[in-house]
Amino acid sequence: MATPADTIRSSSDVVKLTSLRRLAIVPALNEAGSIESVIRDIRAEDPDFEVLVVDDGSSDSTAALADAAGALVVRLPFNLGIGGAVQSGLQFAREHGFDIAVQIDADGQHDPSQLPQLLAPLITGEADVVVGSRFLGERNYKAPLVRRIGIRVFAGIVSALVGQPLTDTSSSFRAFGRRAIAYFARDYPHGFVETVEATVIAARCGLRLKEVPVVMRQRLMGQSSLTLPLSIYYSIKVLVAVFVGIFRRGAYELKED
Amino acid sequence: MTPFRVSIFAAIAALILLAIVFELMRSRRLQERYALLWLLTGLVVFVFAAWRSLLGWAADAVGIAYPPSALFVFASFFILLVLLHYSTVISRLSEQNTVLAQRLALLEHELERVRATD
Repeated sequence: MATPADTIRSSSDVVKLTSLRRLAIVPALNEAGSIESVIRDIRAEDPDFEVLVVDDGSSDSTAALADAAGALVVRLPFNLGIGGAVQSGLQFAREHGFDIAVQIDADGQHDPSQLPQLLAPLITGEADVVVGSRFLGERNYKAPLVRRIGIRVFAGIVSALVGQPLTDTSSSFRAFGRRAIAYFARDYPHGFVETVEATVIAARCGLRLKEVPVVMRQRLMGQSSLTLPLSIYYSIKVLVAVFVGIFRRGAYELKED
Repeated sequence: MTPFRVSIFAAIAALILLAIVFELMRSRRLQERYALLWLLTGLVVFVFAAWRSLLGWAADAVGIAYPPSALFVFASFFILLVLLHYSTVISRLSEQNTVLAQRLALLEHELERVRATD
């Protein structure tokens, strides 16, 4: 397990971090029970983080609670699915000139105290997309066997496709640098299980990927929004999308800035 | 038994359909979620065309004496599913279109009010 001391390598990296504008994108659908503590935990870890809650059509008080907790809130007029919600956040990040955007789940699974590990490869400039993997380093990821197998199968397929060993392409605890923000703001997969497709798109258009080990917490409230039939549908959809993706070039040229 | 020419023709037609759907997806003119039913249609027709004894058995099971007619029926059924799926998609889009128009009108009103008070 990497400690913050390992990941932040020099004092110049620390100086660099403080000069970078950081946005936490929290896509939320009916997460009134956990949204406040998620926002609080992010602020406690790093007060300079701007927190943007993207309310993906909640019918509860998620947006009002997020607003009261001091987060910026974008309310989508109807449910777009996790991919569309995250992309809205990335568009916000691009329009407002953020250097780093981190996707953090609203259910409390992602522990903000692990943000330093996640941000380190962006600060040192060795990656454009950093994924927090549940299968690297210390493993305490508890999930049904079927789910874990599914995650590993996707990771195996995607590793072969992108020519880089990846252990967890389903993790939504991810950080994006400027190049990734610029690209994904225009071209990002929709629906669920979008992270697998996003990984392939990233590799195809020349974004550099890096995985770092993270430990996830148990979700605070609520249920996974994926039921079994939906999981099967999205798995097939993603497999088709990934297969077609092999024969596809990036939709847009990656702009260097 | 299905005449050979029917099987060959149906298999080629199914492959052409699959190739067109694939190319539309590759060039991003067709999203995966709308392509899945077309892919399924193409696969089913291809399997029944190529696996002749399966088509014979399936035709017999539903009481169709001439197997190529069964192929036609199965293909029609899947096309019906695609159409039904599109009806649900159009319903959702028109619903969302209404919501967007309402939100836009309210925002426009709000913007004019804010401008007027400045």
